[in-house]
Amino acid sequence: MIKKAFTKEHFVRGVLTAFALSSLLFLFLIFIFILIEGVPLFHKIGLKNIILGFKWAPTKGSFGIFPMIVSSFLVTFGALVIGAPLGLSCAIYLSEYSGKRLKLFLKPALELLAGIPSVVYGFLGVIYIVPIVRNYFGGPGFSLLATSIILGVMILPTVISISFDALVSVPKTYREGSFAMGATKWQTIYKVIIPSASSGILASFILGMGRAIGETMAVIMVAGNALRIPTSILDPLRTLTSNIALELAYATGDHRLGLFSTGVVLLIIIMTLNYIANFAIKRRVIK
Amino acid sequence: MNVKIRIEGLKVSFEGKEILKGLSIDVFKNKITGFMGPAGSGKSTLISVINRMIDFEDNAVVEGKVLIDGQNILGDKIDAVQLRRRVGTVFAVPTPLPRSIYDNIGYGPRLKRGNHRRELRTLVVESLKKAFLWDEVKDRLDTSALKLSGGQQQRLCLARTLALTPEIILLDEPCSGLDPISTAKIEEALDELKKDYTIILVSNNTKQIARITDHAAFFYMGTLIEYGPTEKVFTNPSEKHTEDYIQGKFG
Amino acid sequence: MRINPRFADKLVKIALNGQAFFTVWILVAIVAVICVKGLPYVNLEFIFSSPVDMGRHGGIFSTIIGTVLLVILSIFVATPLGVGTAIFLTEYTKESVFTKIIRFGVESLAGIPSILYGLFGFIFFVIKLRMGWSLLAGVFTITIMILPTIIRTSEEAIKAVPRNLRIVSYSLSATKWETVTKVVLPSAAPGILTGIMLSIGRAVGETAAVIFTMGSSLRLPTSLMESGRTMAVHFYILAREGISMQKAYATALVLVLSILFINIIAYYIMNRVVSKYS
Repeated sequence: MIKKAFTKEHFVRGVLTAFALSSLLFLFLIFIFILIEGVPLFHKIGLKNIILGFKWAPTKGSFGIFPMIVSSFLVTFGALVIGAPLGLSCAIYLSEYSGKRLKLFLKPALELLAGIPSVVYGFLGVIYIVPIVRNYFGGPGFSLLATSIILGVMILPTVISISFDALVSVPKTYREGSFAMGATKWQTIYKVIIPSASSGILASFILGMGRAIGETMAVIMVAGNALRIPTSILDPLRTLTSNIALELAYATGDHRLGLFSTGVVLLIIIMTLNYIANFAIKRRVIK
Repeated sequence: MNVKIRIEGLKVSFEGKEILKGLSIDVFKNKITGFMGPAGSGKSTLISVINRMIDFEDNAVVEGKVLIDGQNILGDKIDAVQLRRRVGTVFAVPTPLPRSIYDNIGYGPRLKRGNHRRELRTLVVESLKKAFLWDEVKDRLDTSALKLSGGQQQRLCLARTLALTPEIILLDEPCSGLDPISTAKIEEALDELKKDYTIILVSNNTKQIARITDHAAFFYMGTLIEYGPTEKVFTNPSEKHTEDYIQGKFG
Repeated sequence: MRINPRFADKLVKIALNGQAFFTVWILVAIVAVICVKGLPYVNLEFIFSSPVDMGRHGGIFSTIIGTVLLVILSIFVATPLGVGTAIFLTEYTKESVFTKIIRFGVESLAGIPSILYGLFGFIFFVIKLRMGWSLLAGVFTITIMILPTIIRTSEEAIKAVPRNLRIVSYSLSATKWETVTKVVLPSAAPGILTGIMLSIGRAVGETAAVIFTMGSSLRLPTSLMESGRTMAVHFYILAREGISMQKAYATALVLVLSILFINIIAYYIMNRVVSKYS
């Protein structure tokens, strides 16, 4: 009887350990298989010719993805320009101004925004944003501007919810101290609360960037996917993610390897961003 | 008088800090033994060694022997899970599990295989009767235990422990949060129960110890200061420290 | 000139108010547009008949079934793995280098964008394990993708179970596993369920990771090794290839409403738990 209970607990512990290790295994597999497929081309074509190459003609042996790297950062930056101020304002409003009942309604509403699939954003972008850009600003409409607007909206939930958490966790005494010294509400927010929550707000921006740079389907639909560095915000462009999604279905041989090389670059960028964001969040906790 | 629990040279320390400093004491069968002492005296730690709940404290180091019916329960061969069927515990804060009254009492018995439904029902009823709770809940065994009052919840916890059919019952300040009427009911129940069980009552309430225990032990800073029949300890303590404590000069 | 601080204060309040409502307006507008444009084309026939002529005619029945199969099977695999991991992290270990490494792994998985899941699923399951474009390859890929969400929500739910309940269970001679299954998991169930619902929402709306693993065959998959098409993928193809705007709007409506419905249930469960413990 005693022996039986003993071994059963050991069995359970073993199974649970294996389950926990499975996450590590999956992460390892993802890295290994993307690297195995993606790295050989860096040897064959040359790291410089891929990362800094301007020409993407995979069937003719050119695998330059520099324009896509630039484009990925451009749309991410554009998303931030639109999404960060809007998101931060919302978070400030939610944490400092809104009443309890409004908060109860607004927070889930904003988080539902995150649940809408990216294809729907892309579709609405094509139907509404692209024509507006084309008619009012010129160009083909499929552009850096349109992509930035769509991605800016898509990163709102991330920016809002993480900034909100950072703002709410600022101790009440900071606020009271500031009010006691005769500061107005906005002065208190601007001079006391935002600085104290700065690393959390920064983390929300970085995670928003991570979401924007990794977004694929919405970007494909509104970016126009042209293979060059855009010279104005009205030019079409192709990101790293779109490049993979557009061509993976039919690519073979070196062409397919080139898409995995694109994936490797994307993976490294994303991992770096996540690492920085985690660092910022952890620093906040320690502080 | 039979010795049920014999503790020999028990030392417990947490991260180098000694909580129990080499303790020896005999607890007698079918008696209520009171453990008293101010906070930090080590009495609750002592309880957690006897039921091996101390196993869940990651940094605890335990040395010495605790013999129940002559068998060292700190030995390697003892399964703590089986031991806790013999040594039941009632904690300070009444903590019903979030399920019905019946299922709370049935929780322990059901963990052991081979209990039939009818036997279980008898066991539940018996346990509730012994804890003086049966009359108050007999019509609503299927309602949530969380709906009971604090005093009823603590008697539920006592009944739940009894349903394990233990030999020893440890009560760790069971009445600290209860009103006088609930306390009286628990004390009444304990007085009946000592016929069949060995009971240890930990309390900081000296009056309660004086009222219902047969033997009383006074602990201070991890050592046993005085131990003897309750009447003697309270009327003619041999240590000045004990006297001060009983008279409420500290603690 | 210095602006009067009280005046500035009012101005800021109005501005923030405006921005918050603008954001809500975006959400309402998205749902409203989809509803208004899609509703005229959604009827029972649309839901219960399969696409004809690449989706130009007919309904979306086979894609609904494809979605349901993919999601249910993924949840079926991911839930034990995720909840098991959460139990391991909270109940079976102390914080150590080992748990830190596992947490790092989970965090990293959560940060990987879906297109890279698609890329991985494509090369590993579809090509290397020779599953081809199939329901099975889709299920495994989505399982890995939703795993971090399930682990994190389960862990939080389990941590919220009062320690006293565990102590009581142990004192009543329960083993660790008995305590976990009879006391901890029932108390944490609503929180775990919320995580599962959120994962379902994510899987239903996923496109990039699905299209390269499960493929986009319009035929109803009859086995795990056959390709199939989900609603999200169908919608993407309808919209991108300009097959039919009417059908695209109608599909979007069904898609968005089902995700909103799932998320609202998730929040309902979560709020009930929050009010129970506070």
